[in-house]
Amino acid sequence: MDLVLPDFGLLFWTGLVFCCLLFLLAKFAWKPILSAVNTREQKITEALELAEKTKAEMQSLQAENEKILKEARAERDSILKEAKELSNQMIEDAKSKSKVEAEKIVEAARQSINSEKAAAMAELKNHVAVLSLEIAEKVVRGELTSDDKQKALADKLAGDINLN
Amino acid sequence: MQKANKFRFFVQNLTLLFVFLGAVNFTVLGNEPEEKFNVSEMIMHHIKDAHEWHLFGPEHGGTSIYLPVILLDNGLKTFSSKHFYHGEEVTLIKDSSTHHIMKGTGPATGYALFHEKIYKMKNGKLHMHNGHLTNAKALDFSITKNVLSLLMGAILILLIMLSVARFYKKNGAVAPKGIAKFLEPIIVMVRDDIAKANIDHHKYQKYVPYLLTVFFFIWLNNMLGLVPFLPGGANLTGNISVTLFLAVCTLLVTVFSGNKNYWGHIFWMPGVPVPMKFFMMPIELIGVLTKPFALMIRLFANITAGHIIVLALISIIFINKNVAWGGLSVPMALFISILELLVAFLQAFLFSMLSALFIGAAVEEAHH
Repeated sequence: MDLVLPDFGLLFWTGLVFCCLLFLLAKFAWKPILSAVNTREQKITEALELAEKTKAEMQSLQAENEKILKEARAERDSILKEAKELSNQMIEDAKSKSKVEAEKIVEAARQSINSEKAAAMAELKNHVAVLSLEIAEKVVRGELTSDDKQKALADKLAGDINLN
Repeated sequence: MQKANKFRFFVQNLTLLFVFLGAVNFTVLGNEPEEKFNVSEMIMHHIKDAHEWHLFGPEHGGTSIYLPVILLDNGLKTFSSKHFYHGEEVTLIKDSSTHHIMKGTGPATGYALFHEKIYKMKNGKLHMHNGHLTNAKALDFSITKNVLSLLMGAILILLIMLSVARFYKKNGAVAPKGIAKFLEPIIVMVRDDIAKANIDHHKYQKYVPYLLTVFFFIWLNNMLGLVPFLPGGANLTGNISVTLFLAVCTLLVTVFSGNKNYWGHIFWMPGVPVPMKFFMMPIELIGVLTKPFALMIRLFANITAGHIIVLALISIIFINKNVAWGGLSVPMALFISILELLVAFLQAFLFSMLSALFIGAAVEEAHH
């Protein structure tokens, strides 16, 4: 029966020791432990929130970067296209211009060749005329060197006349 | 929990069967003139408080630590319990049962120790009636085995928890290491799963230190009780005085935390007809007391039962006076000891859990 009957002495000591233990633990153990645990939990929560926020920021930043990149690419493409067109046109222009110039040069060359040719021909004709005159003179001179020859010629000429 | 209890019941029955068979066996065969091995006396002696701490050797004449006796009887009287245990032994045979009474000598003169209780002798005489001494008991504040165990347990908890606190003080709010790493999840479990889960979110913080202290006090002392030698071996949390005090603490915390809503539900139950309100009042009032009463009995009975089973299993060897029975009793005692390790935690958890539940009910706001 005294197994289930409380003993006053032990009750007293239990009360004393438990109350001291509660006081000491609450003041020197539970308070610092719980505050450290709470602080850490708060820190972790904050860190997680920050990470989440940073992630979202990174994502928006990435999206923005992508957008900028896309725009830049489009701009580059348009610039390239324009430049190509411009260069093509320039080439085309240069080509047509040079053709006209070349034709002009060819025409001028042809004209000068023709005029040169005409001048040369005229000069050649003069030369031939002079040369034939000189030859005729020389031949005549040769015919008229002696009296006999003069006479023969005169005769001949007279004969021609006679024949008429 | 139900299962564990059922299982314990089963094991207990089995043990009793063994004990019974052993006793029969002994009475039939054992005709030796030796002193009879009394199992129930041995077990009762081990689970009760004592004024000595028996270390080894035979029960009478073995090696013991004699603890100080402190009596409040016409002033403070202190002396060693040696003066009882080495005093004058009186053997009374009354109604076919033997009683050993230790009369004190030296400074303990005038007192007698009977079943570890100290009685005052009337003119040097003791009076026995129905196996009980009718002499007045002295007001006993002795440092008994349980008180010493209590002090050692408290110092152990303090040392452990202060070293955990020192870790956080030194390192700040960092990831725990060492003993803090082991204890932090348990502390957080008490805070979150016991206090926060049962008490209003805005009010629970006030009760966390009490619940933590109760939890670790019960758990550590339960485990110390499982250690068969110093500093363990005392049946502290299986002592009704200790569980009574803890239950009264929970009762006081509950009663002093109770708000209007709580007392309203006790004295004037809302939502029931007026005659029923009168009828419910005493029932609810008794309910206030039965809840901590159940706490007291649950812890006391579970821990004491565990000690009894282990002792009974070991007793099989001594009942049969054959060491070969150790092949049966040792594995069974080992199994029960491991089960008791679980029970040690479970009972600490249950006590603080139910305390939190009662406090939670007392501080709960009316929700309509």
